[in-house]
Amino acid sequence: MANTAGRMTLWQMLTATRGKNGKLHWTDWVSYSYLILGVFLMFFPVVWLVLSSFKTEADLQRYPPTFLPYQQITVELPGMDGQFPLFEITGGEHEGKTLAQLRRVGLVAQMVDPSNPDERLRIDIADRQPVQEVRLAVENYTGLFERFNFLRFFFNSTFITVAATLLMLLVNAMAAFALSKYQFRGRTAVLLLVIGTLMIPQTVVLVPLFLIVTEMGMLNSLWGVIIPGAATPTGVFLLRQYMITIPDEILDAARMDKASEWKIFWRIIVPLSAPAIAVLAILAIMWRWNDFLWPLIVLTESENFTLQLALNSFQGELQTEWSSLLAMTVLTLLPIALVFMFLQKYIATGIASTGGK
Amino acid sequence: MATDTQTGASAPVSHEPIDASVAARAQTIKVSRDGIALTALSAVMRLIEVPFLALQRMLGINKLAWVFLLPNLLLFGLFAFLPIILNGFYAMTGGDNVLLQDRPYIGAQNFDLLSSCDNFLDPNSCLQDKFWRAVWNTTWFVTLQVGIMVGFSLLTALILNREIRARGFFRSVFFFPVLLSPVVVALIWKWILQREGVLNAFLDWTGIGGYNWLIDADWAFAWTVFLSVWAHMGFYTLILLAGLQAIPRDVYEAATMDRASAWRTFTKITLPLLSPTMLVVLVLALIKGVQTFDEVYAFTGGGPGTATTFIIQYIYEEGFAGAPRLFGLAAAASLMVAGVLVLLTLVQLWINRRNVDG
Repeated sequence: MANTAGRMTLWQMLTATRGKNGKLHWTDWVSYSYLILGVFLMFFPVVWLVLSSFKTEADLQRYPPTFLPYQQITVELPGMDGQFPLFEITGGEHEGKTLAQLRRVGLVAQMVDPSNPDERLRIDIADRQPVQEVRLAVENYTGLFERFNFLRFFFNSTFITVAATLLMLLVNAMAAFALSKYQFRGRTAVLLLVIGTLMIPQTVVLVPLFLIVTEMGMLNSLWGVIIPGAATPTGVFLLRQYMITIPDEILDAARMDKASEWKIFWRIIVPLSAPAIAVLAILAIMWRWNDFLWPLIVLTESENFTLQLALNSFQGELQTEWSSLLAMTVLTLLPIALVFMFLQKYIATGIASTGGK
Repeated sequence: MATDTQTGASAPVSHEPIDASVAARAQTIKVSRDGIALTALSAVMRLIEVPFLALQRMLGINKLAWVFLLPNLLLFGLFAFLPIILNGFYAMTGGDNVLLQDRPYIGAQNFDLLSSCDNFLDPNSCLQDKFWRAVWNTTWFVTLQVGIMVGFSLLTALILNREIRARGFFRSVFFFPVLLSPVVVALIWKWILQREGVLNAFLDWTGIGGYNWLIDADWAFAWTVFLSVWAHMGFYTLILLAGLQAIPRDVYEAATMDRASAWRTFTKITLPLLSPTMLVVLVLALIKGVQTFDEVYAFTGGGPGTATTFIIQYIYEEGFAGAPRLFGLAAAASLMVAGVLVLLTLVQLWINRRNVDG
């Protein structure tokens, strides 16, 4: 509803002088140009990343880069082992032919015609152009699983995300239930306390948090990442705001039927708050999957690394090997991109309702 | 409700949200009934019910609220309030031991060390020059980043609030980078900006000529601002868009009747009515800006030199990355950041209250 109302507001305001018969006003042209530029600026970097991740290391070294991933076509030659790259000859006596290169000695390449492999030809390397085709270098991805403990990192990230999200939903929903549906002394104090935690983000208590986690024996354990962030003021407020709108009569009716308070919470409040819980779940998944600083401090051994940590440490080690690094980056953003594609409507409402408060 | 839908199209819009939410709730209840995982879950929940029932008999319904609150408060206490107190102890002790009992008391030495400057504006005159460099870098960064980001977010929100085709699509496009992890964002732009990257290829092609962006201190700093705006502006656009759509329509209708010009309507109606949301967005962006670490650390590592080292990175490096681990210094610096954040949060709360009071 707010949507329809809003659509009219600025529209009417900005089109006060707009011509009739549905033509686009100049402000529309400006708006659409801005938006299309925005699409380019927001999407192109990611598209470029994905395309680049399918290029071979040799293709990545090419400057200026090509848009699509290319690979040189290779052929097998009868009676010889291995694959030989194909070249198109652009000058000299063999101009126009497509030849396979056997070896290159200095400025001269020894080549053969694949249809006549017995005759060796000597070609000046300035006279040849590689024959290429668009081909995806899938080995960048398969290599990750062979060379690195990639599945381990993936598991760590997934475990932390799932466990932390579930824990957070339960703990925050219980607190939100208490703060929205009970009258008790000290409720205002608790609310103020929750607001107080808004002022203490993890970034300003790193040192003592490190001590507490160490003392609890959770250093270098996935639980050391999961538990300290399980209670969030945002989550409590988001859920409380929604639960307040659930009519008290439903609870009273359930109490008449002798339902226990826990049952009311679990069978009535939680299902009825499902939209808000879904929003919080999506936010939590996003936060936890992308979390960086705290895991960086708690998880020091590489077998406990999350994907984010692994990616960051590999960018140091693999500085010169972009093919693996780019493939790993794509795999790290993929789960979140999928979540986004299917649930983006919820995410939008979630941000709008938490951020504004 | 049924009669409303029968009476036809006269006012279908006003009832749509109610219908939709009832349907949504009914559906979620239906969905939650099936699924094996949920059956197992409900068994667990029935187990939890037993001690809860006992507590309910002992405490009565209203005091049971505390039981529901307990896990959350425990976590808050242990991982938010206790740490902020301990932070004080760390700041007043020295050495590189984690355990507080092994740390010698040194009073305000850490603070003295951090604040021993001939001239606060010139980091070179400070004993902890890196700290002051980080402070000034952060100040500049926050000013530029928040200013540019909120400006562009407002512009985008205003445009998205017009009658735009495929608005949902455009909104998602601007929001998309918010979801990307900081490390991914950093690597994407590092790949684009590298010496033989696509941006330089484009610049060479146009004849402007490429540049080794991240080697140059000023350019590296400018790109961190850009990257941060790119990654976060969708979030603030969404909040501002929600704020714009909450402005009642009849105010604009009245303005149209009075033949107010578009510009006048914008400055006299839209901006004042949006200002509560704007202020919230500003403070929120400031709070987040001060804490910038992840994407910049993965992007430039704080370099070249200390050109993009911000305050949280200073804390991280003093306390955790280097040897000896100077927990005291890190904690003292943390307390200073905490002071700034508390101030900003109080401003935010004060703004909220002022808005409520009118």
